[in-house]
Amino acid sequence: MHRYLSAFLCGTLFALGLGISQMTRPPKILGFLNVAGDWDPTLLVVMAAATMTYFIGYHFLMDQQIKACYEAKIAKGEVIKARTLIGAAIFGLGWGLIGLCPGPAVTDLISGKLGVIVFVTAMLAGMYPVKYFDSRV
Amino acid sequence: MEHFTPISAAIGGFLIGLAAIGYLYFNGKTCGISGIVEGFVPPFSPELPERALFVGGLFAGGALLSIFYPLAYTFDFGYPLYYNVIGGLLVGFGTRFGGGCTSGHGVCGVGRLSIKAIVATLVFLLTGIATASIVHLLGGL
Repeated sequence: MHRYLSAFLCGTLFALGLGISQMTRPPKILGFLNVAGDWDPTLLVVMAAATMTYFIGYHFLMDQQIKACYEAKIAKGEVIKARTLIGAAIFGLGWGLIGLCPGPAVTDLISGKLGVIVFVTAMLAGMYPVKYFDSRV
Repeated sequence: MEHFTPISAAIGGFLIGLAAIGYLYFNGKTCGISGIVEGFVPPFSPELPERALFVGGLFAGGALLSIFYPLAYTFDFGYPLYYNVIGGLLVGFGTRFGGGCTSGHGVCGVGRLSIKAIVATLVFLLTGIATASIVHLLGGL
């Protein structure tokens, strides 16, 4: 399959998975992240199902050559640096504040909601300094 | 108030994992949305067409959802619009500074049993839970 077609199909499937599990809905996300309110563990089930599926696919079903090629490519990036932890912490701050992360946010753009458009615009703006400085190194 | 919906969660989660594995198999890449989206921030990444098609797929899936499963888009934001600005800036900066998000680290990385991804995921889950809970208790920022 040509990689442009597979990219499109994977994106479609990904969005369907997000929507069916309601991960596209910030109140659902915050229902899990907010442990001080009525707690909804749905996100945990989604993460468990997604990671288990990936795990089985990766460790038992993946073409060995594709896997070897991929692991060689990402090897350098597998080191835990300070920015890994700081970045993750900052990401969590934003995620916990609004209940949106990149995947659901982009998928939610179809709804035309102003809050989503504002979020995605700000997200791109937030990415810019990182991209800029990383490209200068 | 949101209710626990484990069955649709499991089905949706399975589809997410399947899509991510498919992206590795056919495109040889991590299915990390923050990374894919970063391609559209200048300086533009060379693989822009491939990324654009993935995002196009997200939109196509979204269109299907809006027709057949409108619950997916039934929500309001509980806070004023400037929270979306602050949240967006933090998510944008944090995901790329940290090299991943819930899909890249959380699904793909954890699925690979990458220590880095597991640690990163635990960190953003921790700060995510702390932030959501504290802001809820304070009634806002």
